[in-house]
Amino acid sequence: MRYILKRIVTLIVTLILVSGITFLAFNVLPGDPALVMLGTDASPQKIVALRQELGLNESLPKRYVSWIENFVKGDLGKSIRFAEPVKDLVTKRIPVTFSLTIMSLLIIFIVAIPLGIFTAKKEGTVIDTVITVVCQINMAIPSFFLGIILMILFGVILKFFSPGRYVDYNQDFIGFLKYMIMPAIAIALPNISIVVKFLRASVIQQMKQDYVRTAYSKGNSENKILYRHILKNSLITIITLMGMIISEILGVSIIIEQLFGVPGIGSILIMAISTRDFPLTQDLVIYFAFIVVFINFLVDILYQVIDPRIRIR
Amino acid sequence: MKKHINWNLVVGLILTAFILVLMIIGFFYTPFDPNKMSVLEKFQSPNLRHLLGTDNFGRDILSRIITGTKTTLFVGTSTVVFGVFFGVLFGAIAGYTGGWIDELIMRMNDALTAFPGILLALVLVTVLGQGKYQIILALGIIFIPSYSRITRSGFLQVKELEFAKSAKVFGASPFRIMFVHILPNIYPALLSAITIGFSNAILAEASMSFLGFGVQPPDPSWGRMLSESQSYLFNAPWYAIAPGIIIIITVLGFNFISEGLRRKFG
Repeated sequence: MRYILKRIVTLIVTLILVSGITFLAFNVLPGDPALVMLGTDASPQKIVALRQELGLNESLPKRYVSWIENFVKGDLGKSIRFAEPVKDLVTKRIPVTFSLTIMSLLIIFIVAIPLGIFTAKKEGTVIDTVITVVCQINMAIPSFFLGIILMILFGVILKFFSPGRYVDYNQDFIGFLKYMIMPAIAIALPNISIVVKFLRASVIQQMKQDYVRTAYSKGNSENKILYRHILKNSLITIITLMGMIISEILGVSIIIEQLFGVPGIGSILIMAISTRDFPLTQDLVIYFAFIVVFINFLVDILYQVIDPRIRIR
Repeated sequence: MKKHINWNLVVGLILTAFILVLMIIGFFYTPFDPNKMSVLEKFQSPNLRHLLGTDNFGRDILSRIITGTKTTLFVGTSTVVFGVFFGVLFGAIAGYTGGWIDELIMRMNDALTAFPGILLALVLVTVLGQGKYQIILALGIIFIPSYSRITRSGFLQVKELEFAKSAKVFGASPFRIMFVHILPNIYPALLSAITIGFSNAILAEASMSFLGFGVQPPDPSWGRMLSESQSYLFNAPWYAIAPGIIIIITVLGFNFISEGLRRKFG
């Protein structure tokens, strides 16, 4: 219990630091945001009006506090480009990015866990070397290039799906899922290699332990040992990895969304940056960062729930 | 006894050497002017004249890739140098000094790693603007935490060893102890991380350029070639494949070297 409380405090401190850094980055550096947003040939009145609207004339700490207040209340202000409240724009897109992330995670675990255990079982054989090398190559491929290859392969050659024709999940859920499989695979593939690599190392290490020898001598079959006993212990490694992987997936999804034309949080972030829409960018960045920090926090808690040995510390 | 060949290192060095040769050739000669546009020669698939084909402006892809090698390696190297320099500096100070300085540096590290790397890079690019040097600064900053962490843990271990303590007894200044005595004993772990850093830097630069925020035209950049090729996947798939393959080769090279170093130094 005390461990959880400690982690919550760390969480809040990190959130404050993260929001602080983001706020500073956007508000302290040279350049007048209003000028940047309106362009250099805007009239002075417009600039003054915009500064007033954005509250740029207040002092820095005051602005930070009011920004946080608004953020928590859910009022993210109006985006300059879209003339819509930011909140509406974002809410529509969250489920999209969320589904993409979940799909990628599912693919990663469904493929990587059996593969990792299998490679560990066959340690030292030709199959092991082949799979390891393939994984190495896989990790060297930039995700977006993988996405492009998938697009060429399935879009141009096999005509299995048409890139750019995104299907809204409200209209056609099955079509939505079918379209999202490609981006999800593009995100999942490099991470599969990472998980396989770590899982393999972990399982091989476990296999040398005494409890495994005992299990064998009790007459358990190899598969039973692998999946029932070893996997549970290796799970801890995986969960630690999970935090890092989810963070990476969220980052990569920004690029993949852009590539496949998926209207999620990532692509709107790119749009916001390209149009130098500072308020929108600021909010989206914080949103992303908060998710990552929060997920790492959850992973930490999960970690200590699963392994009783850590709780005692 | 059978001689044990470090295959990872060998393959890695071969691949990296290939890329370096490409870069050096680029200083003196490219088959065509990488920026010369020629409407007549648009979209040629790989042939004897244009070994990798031409792009939508009729520019020779092979020449652009060769020239892009310079840019990419420059950005990658600068990023790693920046990240390693400051990372090792902060990590050394944190590990050696301890106390609240250590806490402070570690908290800042954690805050930095709380962001997904790409996100942080995008933030920095938004406020710093786009271009080669801004990317180096942005990516360099992102690389600092991992090197500072490695250095710090190394320092924590080594500073308790006899020779470090006796240096202190002899009156050596902290600065001297840190960088003349302790640091040289840490470099194996650092080396492996630095080589991985190279490949990450190249991937990161490619991603940034792909999004349009990195190296600006007309400087050829592998990442941006990939993004430009996106619209022409139907007419000219080779336009996308060439830069992708070269990125893979480069990254693989550094990855294999890093793995080879890791196995060699344990």
